[in-house]
Amino acid sequence: MFYLFAGIILICSLLSITTRRILRAAVYLLCVLLATSGLYFMLNYQFMAAVQLTLYAGGIVVLIIFSILLTHHITHRFKHPNITKLLMGIGAGSIGIGLALVTILSHSFKATTNPELPVDMTVIGTQLLSTEKNGYVLPFELISILLLASMIAAIVIAKKEKNKNTEI
Amino acid sequence: MIQGIPLEHFLIVSTIMFFIGVCGFIIRRNLITMLMATELILNSVNINFVVFNRYLYPDQLQGQFFSLFIVGIAAAEASVAIALIINIYRKMQNIEVENVNELKF
Repeated sequence: MFYLFAGIILICSLLSITTRRILRAAVYLLCVLLATSGLYFMLNYQFMAAVQLTLYAGGIVVLIIFSILLTHHITHRFKHPNITKLLMGIGAGSIGIGLALVTILSHSFKATTNPELPVDMTVIGTQLLSTEKNGYVLPFELISILLLASMIAAIVIAKKEKNKNTEI
Repeated sequence: MIQGIPLEHFLIVSTIMFFIGVCGFIIRRNLITMLMATELILNSVNINFVVFNRYLYPDQLQGQFFSLFIVGIAAAEASVAIALIINIYRKMQNIEVENVNELKF
Protein backbone atom coordinates (compact mmCIF):
# COMPACT_ATOMS: atom_id res chain seq x y z
CA MET A 1 0.00 0.00 0.00
CA PHE A 2 2.79 2.40 0.93
CA TYR A 3 4.64 1.70 -2.28
CA LEU A 4 1.50 2.43 -4.31
CA PHE A 5 1.14 5.83 -2.63
CA ALA A 6 4.85 6.54 -2.97
CA GLY A 7 4.76 5.71 -6.66
CA ILE A 8 1.74 7.96 -7.22
CA ILE A 9 3.46 10.80 -5.34
CA LEU A 10 6.74 10.56 -7.22
CA ILE A 11 5.31 10.06 -10.72
CA CYS A 12 2.64 12.72 -10.39
CA SER A 13 4.96 15.31 -8.89
CA LEU A 14 7.45 14.71 -11.69
CA LEU A 15 4.66 15.01 -14.27
CA SER A 16 3.27 18.14 -12.67
CA ILE A 17 6.51 20.04 -13.20
CA THR A 18 7.20 18.68 -16.68
CA THR A 19 3.82 18.75 -18.38
CA ARG A 20 3.26 21.53 -20.88
CA ARG A 21 -0.41 22.11 -20.19
CA ILE A 22 -1.04 24.08 -17.03
CA LEU A 23 -4.42 22.56 -16.18
CA ARG A 24 -2.92 19.08 -16.26
CA ALA A 25 -0.18 20.28 -13.93
CA ALA A 26 -2.87 21.32 -11.44
CA VAL A 27 -4.59 17.94 -11.71
CA TYR A 28 -1.29 16.10 -11.12
CA LEU A 29 -0.73 18.31 -8.07
CA LEU A 30 -4.16 17.24 -6.83
CA CYS A 31 -3.13 13.57 -7.25
CA VAL A 32 0.03 14.20 -5.21
CA LEU A 33 -1.94 15.81 -2.39
CA LEU A 34 -4.51 13.01 -2.33
CA ALA A 35 -1.79 10.36 -2.15
CA THR A 36 -0.17 12.29 0.70
CA SER A 37 -3.39 12.21 2.66
CA GLY A 38 -3.47 8.48 1.97
CA LEU A 39 -0.05 8.23 3.62
CA TYR A 40 -1.40 10.03 6.70
CA PHE A 41 -4.34 7.61 6.87
CA MET A 42 -1.83 4.76 6.70
CA LEU A 43 0.08 6.24 9.64
CA ASN A 44 -3.16 6.34 11.66
CA TYR A 45 -3.36 10.14 11.84
CA GLN A 46 -6.92 10.61 10.72
CA PHE A 47 -7.21 14.26 11.74
CA MET A 48 -4.11 15.26 9.82
CA ALA A 49 -5.36 13.37 6.76
CA ALA A 50 -8.73 15.11 6.94
CA VAL A 51 -7.06 18.51 7.20
CA GLN A 52 -4.89 17.64 4.22
CA LEU A 53 -7.93 16.60 2.18
CA THR A 54 -10.08 19.62 2.98
CA LEU A 55 -7.49 22.39 3.03
CA TYR A 56 -4.96 21.32 0.43
CA ALA A 57 -6.92 19.15 -1.96
CA GLY A 58 -10.16 21.03 -1.47
CA GLY A 59 -9.06 24.59 -0.94
CA ILE A 60 -5.70 25.37 -2.48
CA VAL A 61 -6.14 23.28 -5.64
CA VAL A 62 -9.53 24.87 -6.30
CA LEU A 63 -7.98 28.33 -5.86
CA ILE A 64 -5.17 27.43 -8.25
CA ILE A 65 -7.58 26.05 -10.86
CA PHE A 66 -9.71 29.20 -10.58
CA SER A 67 -6.74 31.42 -11.18
CA ILE A 68 -5.60 29.26 -14.10
CA LEU A 69 -9.02 29.58 -15.70
CA LEU A 70 -8.99 33.33 -15.14
CA THR A 71 -5.56 33.90 -16.62
CA HIS A 72 -5.05 31.31 -19.36
CA HIS A 73 -6.68 29.85 -22.40
CA ILE A 74 -7.30 26.14 -21.95
CA THR A 75 -5.43 25.21 -25.09
CA HIS A 76 -2.37 27.19 -24.07
CA ARG A 77 0.89 25.22 -24.09
CA PHE A 78 4.20 26.29 -22.67
CA LYS A 79 7.24 26.56 -24.82
CA HIS A 80 10.10 24.31 -23.92
CA PRO A 81 12.42 25.87 -21.34
CA ASN A 82 15.84 26.76 -22.62
CA ILE A 83 18.51 24.17 -22.21
CA THR A 84 20.83 25.87 -19.72
CA LYS A 85 17.99 26.51 -17.30
CA LEU A 86 16.85 22.91 -17.66
CA LEU A 87 20.34 21.57 -16.99
CA MET A 88 20.78 23.91 -14.01
CA GLY A 89 17.48 22.81 -12.52
CA ILE A 90 18.17 19.11 -12.98
CA GLY A 91 21.70 19.56 -11.64
CA ALA A 92 20.55 21.39 -8.51
CA GLY A 93 17.83 18.81 -7.93
CA SER A 94 20.05 15.76 -8.34
CA ILE A 95 22.92 17.16 -6.26
CA GLY A 96 20.45 18.00 -3.51
CA ILE A 97 18.82 14.58 -3.63
CA GLY A 98 22.24 12.90 -3.47
CA LEU A 99 23.47 14.91 -0.51
CA ALA A 100 20.25 14.60 1.48
CA LEU A 101 19.92 10.85 0.85
CA VAL A 102 23.54 10.17 1.86
CA THR A 103 22.98 12.08 5.08
CA ILE A 104 19.66 10.39 5.84
CA LEU A 105 20.82 6.86 5.13
CA SER A 106 24.02 7.18 7.14
CA HIS A 107 22.21 8.44 10.24
CA SER A 108 20.59 6.02 12.62
CA PHE A 109 17.34 7.20 14.17
CA LYS A 110 16.49 6.28 17.74
CA ALA A 111 12.86 6.11 18.81
CA THR A 112 11.65 6.91 22.30
CA THR A 113 10.47 4.08 24.49
CA ASN A 114 7.67 6.06 26.15
CA PRO A 115 4.16 4.66 25.79
CA GLU A 116 2.23 5.71 22.71
CA LEU A 117 -0.28 8.53 22.96
CA PRO A 118 -3.76 7.85 21.58
CA VAL A 119 -4.42 10.39 18.85
CA ASP A 120 -8.11 11.11 18.88
CA MET A 121 -9.80 14.46 18.46
CA THR A 122 -10.13 15.26 22.18
CA VAL A 123 -6.41 14.85 22.85
CA ILE A 124 -5.51 17.02 19.87
CA GLY A 125 -8.02 19.71 20.84
CA THR A 126 -6.97 19.89 24.48
CA GLN A 127 -3.27 20.04 23.67
CA LEU A 128 -3.78 22.61 20.96
CA LEU A 129 -5.61 25.00 23.27
CA SER A 130 -3.90 24.38 26.60
CA THR A 131 -1.51 26.78 28.29
CA GLU A 132 0.16 24.03 30.31
CA LYS A 133 3.32 22.17 29.32
CA ASN A 134 3.08 20.83 25.74
CA GLY A 135 0.32 23.36 25.05
CA TYR A 136 0.17 25.15 21.74
CA VAL A 137 -2.09 28.11 22.37
CA LEU A 138 0.49 30.76 21.44
CA PRO A 139 1.18 29.55 17.88
CA PHE A 140 -2.55 28.93 17.51
CA GLU A 141 -3.33 32.57 18.28
CA LEU A 142 -0.45 33.75 16.11
CA ILE A 143 -1.69 31.79 13.15
CA SER A 144 -5.21 33.10 13.60
CA ILE A 145 -3.87 36.67 13.46
CA LEU A 146 -1.81 35.73 10.40
CA LEU A 147 -4.86 34.29 8.67
CA LEU A 148 -6.90 37.41 9.41
CA ALA A 149 -4.11 39.64 8.10
CA SER A 150 -3.70 37.63 4.93
CA MET A 151 -7.44 37.61 4.31
CA ILE A 152 -7.61 41.39 4.59
CA ALA A 153 -4.49 41.71 2.43
CA ALA A 154 -5.94 39.49 -0.28
CA ILE A 155 -9.16 41.51 -0.37
CA VAL A 156 -7.30 44.82 -0.48
CA ILE A 157 -4.98 43.64 -3.25
CA ALA A 158 -7.67 42.09 -5.41
CA LYS A 159 -10.34 44.77 -5.26
CA LYS A 160 -10.61 47.36 -7.98
CA GLU A 161 -9.78 50.94 -7.18
CA LYS A 162 -12.76 53.21 -7.45
CA ASN A 163 -11.69 56.58 -8.76
CA LYS A 164 -8.60 56.08 -10.86
CA ASN A 165 -7.30 53.28 -13.10
CA THR A 166 -10.49 52.88 -15.06
CA GLU A 167 -8.61 52.31 -18.30
CA ILE A 168 -8.29 48.59 -17.64
CA MET B 1 7.99 0.18 12.36
CA ILE B 2 4.49 0.42 10.97
CA GLN B 3 3.23 -2.25 8.56
CA GLY B 4 6.83 -3.37 8.04
CA ILE B 5 7.92 -0.15 6.34
CA PRO B 6 11.09 1.44 7.74
CA LEU B 7 11.33 5.16 8.42
CA GLU B 8 13.92 5.68 5.71
CA HIS B 9 11.50 4.86 2.89
CA PHE B 10 9.19 7.70 3.91
CA LEU B 11 12.18 10.03 4.13
CA ILE B 12 13.40 9.00 0.67
CA VAL B 13 9.98 9.74 -0.84
CA SER B 14 9.72 13.13 0.82
CA THR B 15 13.31 14.07 -0.09
CA ILE B 16 12.77 13.27 -3.76
CA MET B 17 9.51 15.20 -3.72
CA PHE B 18 11.22 18.21 -2.12
CA PHE B 19 13.90 18.38 -4.76
CA ILE B 20 11.40 17.83 -7.58
CA GLY B 21 9.70 20.93 -6.21
CA VAL B 22 12.99 22.87 -6.15
CA CYS B 23 13.75 21.74 -9.70
CA GLY B 24 10.31 22.84 -10.87
CA PHE B 25 10.77 26.19 -9.20
CA ILE B 26 13.95 26.73 -11.20
CA ILE B 27 12.70 25.39 -14.53
CA ARG B 28 9.22 26.88 -14.79
CA ARG B 29 8.74 30.43 -15.94
CA ASN B 30 5.10 30.93 -15.05
CA LEU B 31 3.92 32.37 -11.75
CA ILE B 32 1.15 29.82 -11.14
CA THR B 33 3.36 26.81 -11.81
CA MET B 34 6.01 28.27 -9.52
CA LEU B 35 3.34 28.52 -6.84
CA MET B 36 2.49 24.86 -7.46
CA ALA B 37 6.15 23.91 -7.02
CA THR B 38 6.14 25.75 -3.69
CA GLU B 39 3.11 23.73 -2.62
CA LEU B 40 5.02 20.53 -3.47
CA ILE B 41 7.93 21.64 -1.27
CA LEU B 42 5.68 22.50 1.69
CA ASN B 43 3.83 19.21 1.32
CA SER B 44 7.02 17.16 1.45
CA VAL B 45 8.12 18.98 4.60
CA ASN B 46 4.73 18.11 6.10
CA ILE B 47 5.30 14.42 5.38
CA ASN B 48 8.64 14.63 7.17
CA PHE B 49 7.13 16.21 10.28
CA VAL B 50 4.31 13.69 10.53
CA VAL B 51 6.53 10.67 9.92
CA PHE B 52 9.10 11.73 12.51
CA ASN B 53 6.32 12.26 15.01
CA ARG B 54 4.83 8.87 14.31
CA TYR B 55 8.02 6.81 14.27
CA LEU B 56 10.33 8.52 16.76
CA TYR B 57 8.12 10.32 19.29
CA PRO B 58 4.71 8.66 19.35
CA ASP B 59 4.15 9.91 22.92
CA GLN B 60 3.91 13.55 21.80
CA LEU B 61 2.06 15.53 19.16
CA GLN B 62 4.55 18.23 18.11
CA GLY B 63 5.03 17.07 14.54
CA GLN B 64 1.34 16.96 13.92
CA PHE B 65 0.82 20.47 15.28
CA PHE B 66 3.64 21.91 13.24
CA SER B 67 2.32 20.34 10.07
CA LEU B 68 -1.12 21.77 10.90
CA PHE B 69 0.43 25.23 11.19
CA ILE B 70 2.33 24.72 7.93
CA VAL B 71 -0.92 23.83 6.16
CA GLY B 72 -2.53 26.99 7.53
CA ILE B 73 0.36 29.18 6.43
CA ALA B 74 0.35 27.52 3.00
CA ALA B 75 -3.32 28.36 2.59
CA ALA B 76 -2.73 32.00 3.57
CA GLU B 77 0.26 32.24 1.25
CA ALA B 78 -1.64 30.75 -1.66
CA SER B 79 -4.54 33.14 -1.26
CA VAL B 80 -2.32 36.24 -1.15
CA ALA B 81 -0.20 34.97 -4.04
CA ILE B 82 -3.23 34.31 -6.21
CA ALA B 83 -4.64 37.75 -5.45
CA LEU B 84 -1.32 39.24 -6.54
CA ILE B 85 -1.19 37.08 -9.68
CA ILE B 86 -4.68 38.06 -10.77
CA ASN B 87 -3.89 41.71 -10.17
CA ILE B 88 -0.69 41.44 -12.22
CA TYR B 89 -2.62 39.73 -14.99
CA ARG B 90 -5.18 42.51 -14.97
CA LYS B 91 -2.47 45.12 -15.44
CA MET B 92 -0.07 43.36 -17.80
CA GLN B 93 -2.19 40.62 -19.51
CA ASN B 94 0.68 38.21 -18.86
CA ILE B 95 2.08 36.21 -15.97
CA GLU B 96 5.37 34.93 -17.34
CA VAL B 97 8.16 36.04 -15.05
CA GLU B 98 10.31 37.48 -17.80
CA ASN B 99 7.59 39.87 -18.88
CA VAL B 100 6.71 41.05 -15.38
CA ASN B 101 9.65 43.36 -14.92
CA GLU B 102 8.08 46.65 -13.95
CA LEU B 103 7.30 47.64 -10.42
CA LYS B 104 5.43 50.87 -10.96
CA PHE B 105 3.19 52.26 -13.64
